[in-house]
Amino acid sequence: MTKQVSNKTSDNKKSLIDVVRLTKTFEDITAVNDISFSLNQGDIFGFLGPNGAGKTTTINMLTGLSRPNSGTIKVAGLDCDKNPKAAQHLIGIVPDESNLYPELSGFDNLCFCASLYGIHKKERRKRAEELLQTFGLKEAANRKFGGYSKGMKRKLTIAAGIIHRPPILFLDEPTTGIDVASARQIRQLISDLNSDGTTIFLTTHYIEEAERLCNRIAFIVKGRIARIDTFENLMRQTQEQYVVQFSFQEATDKACENILTAFPDLHCQNSPGGVRVKSYHPIRVGPLVRLLEDNGIEVSEARKIHPTLEDVFVKITGIEVGIMKKEKEKMKMGDNA
Amino acid sequence: MKSWIAFWNILAKDVRSYYLKPPNISWGLLFPLVWITMFFIRSGLGMDKLPDLLPGLVALSILFGTTSVLSVTVTFEKKGRSFERLLLAPIPLGLLMLAKTSGAILFGTINAFVPILVAMLLTDLPTVNWHILISAIVLLAISSTFLGLFIAVSVKEVFEAQTFSNFFRFPMIFLCGLFFPVASLPIFLRPLPYVLPLTYGADILRGSMTGTNIIPLGLNFLVLAGFCAVLFYISLRNINRKWIT
Repeated sequence: MTKQVSNKTSDNKKSLIDVVRLTKTFEDITAVNDISFSLNQGDIFGFLGPNGAGKTTTINMLTGLSRPNSGTIKVAGLDCDKNPKAAQHLIGIVPDESNLYPELSGFDNLCFCASLYGIHKKERRKRAEELLQTFGLKEAANRKFGGYSKGMKRKLTIAAGIIHRPPILFLDEPTTGIDVASARQIRQLISDLNSDGTTIFLTTHYIEEAERLCNRIAFIVKGRIARIDTFENLMRQTQEQYVVQFSFQEATDKACENILTAFPDLHCQNSPGGVRVKSYHPIRVGPLVRLLEDNGIEVSEARKIHPTLEDVFVKITGIEVGIMKKEKEKMKMGDNA
Repeated sequence: MKSWIAFWNILAKDVRSYYLKPPNISWGLLFPLVWITMFFIRSGLGMDKLPDLLPGLVALSILFGTTSVLSVTVTFEKKGRSFERLLLAPIPLGLLMLAKTSGAILFGTINAFVPILVAMLLTDLPTVNWHILISAIVLLAISSTFLGLFIAVSVKEVFEAQTFSNFFRFPMIFLCGLFFPVASLPIFLRPLPYVLPLTYGADILRGSMTGTNIIPLGLNFLVLAGFCAVLFYISLRNINRKWIT
């Protein structure tokens, strides 16, 4: 997997967002619990966590849509706690669900969004045309937003988020629930935006998305930040691990049980189409394949793989990524039903 | 200046998207027109008595023209999350809500002149004090709109907005003194009309058209302006408390 963003470091860069001891409770539920972090100019900051971890609540507080119970937020030095409106001209927001006006065309939606930031008519028309071109939506410019496909809706929502050229962009689950091709295009657009100087705060439950895009990452679980670091530092701790991915002809949930009974020193977890075996010592594939086949599990492929951010995430949070993805997709499907 | 660009565009979008749509015209305009015509025919009065019914017709046109759309559209936009887009824009909340309500105020005001124009075609209106009438129409449109806003920010679902609107509108029609004098209401109901903005608006309309107002006009204007301020203030407070949680 190649990282689309060059390996940036956050050192010596101007801090654009400073969050200190932020807490938010809803009645007896603590959605965000005493979190602190900062976002530097030029960062793509990934905020990773499962459903209900506090990602959207954090974004809402940072953008002025929600008030923290305690803690401070500063965006470009402006105190957003005392005056949530103060920094809104500096930020663009792309929510987890496209929230443009279904009755307006793509072009009119962009022009309307530009007008909310006080952009004059001539300029907003020019900017809307420019963005429709960039996002490959020129042909659909005069079609109503309500008739757009999910991928097109997502792209136009991102375009609306950057219509006023904000230095900071918040992206809440930008690729959830859309097709692979559109997701790929969107990731490229995010990468391009960052290359053009936009600082990005990205929440996602797709670990591979964060791995491709982000230079700094925070893992949030149950409202608390479990770990926050640069991509390189997070990956460093898994470099010494050996990982082998076994793929099976037929799905089974017995493989890990068999492996762990015979080889208790190994670590095993289910992965799509097979299992992933990890160890701090070199793994001998032969005995494992024989063991599995003796137990009636036909192995179609066994390959060594390099540890990924997903492994780091699982190690730090103890949450299986597959479960997290399924939960999110189920939730999206439920919303669309 | 930048905020005013936003203000104007929110207003223009709402007018295009909601107020110029046929269902709105039928609900805001035809419904009061048909209702009053029904009353007029049933009463057996002649055309010369049309000015007596005109305050009621104007008041209903304003009330339905303003509340029917605003409460539903704001709830609809909140539910569809497009309202969040407005809350996230760098516009002061007061100005934003004024922009959202200006379309309804305009539509209610225009609605009010339709029955007046029809009446002018059918009969003479020699006793009308136009300055007071126009001021009353605008103020009543503002207070009814802010009532619609209050309803919109008090509910979560679109159907609740419709139900809640009618919960206010229909009792108001019968209690405001337009069809039955307040004095003829049962004694336990008599204080109620005085907590309804429409009572004061209808009284000014009557005063401006037939000179038969019960409450002094100055007091009517003052109370109606007070209703506008209180309803707008409560609505903003509710948005701050409920929508910016």
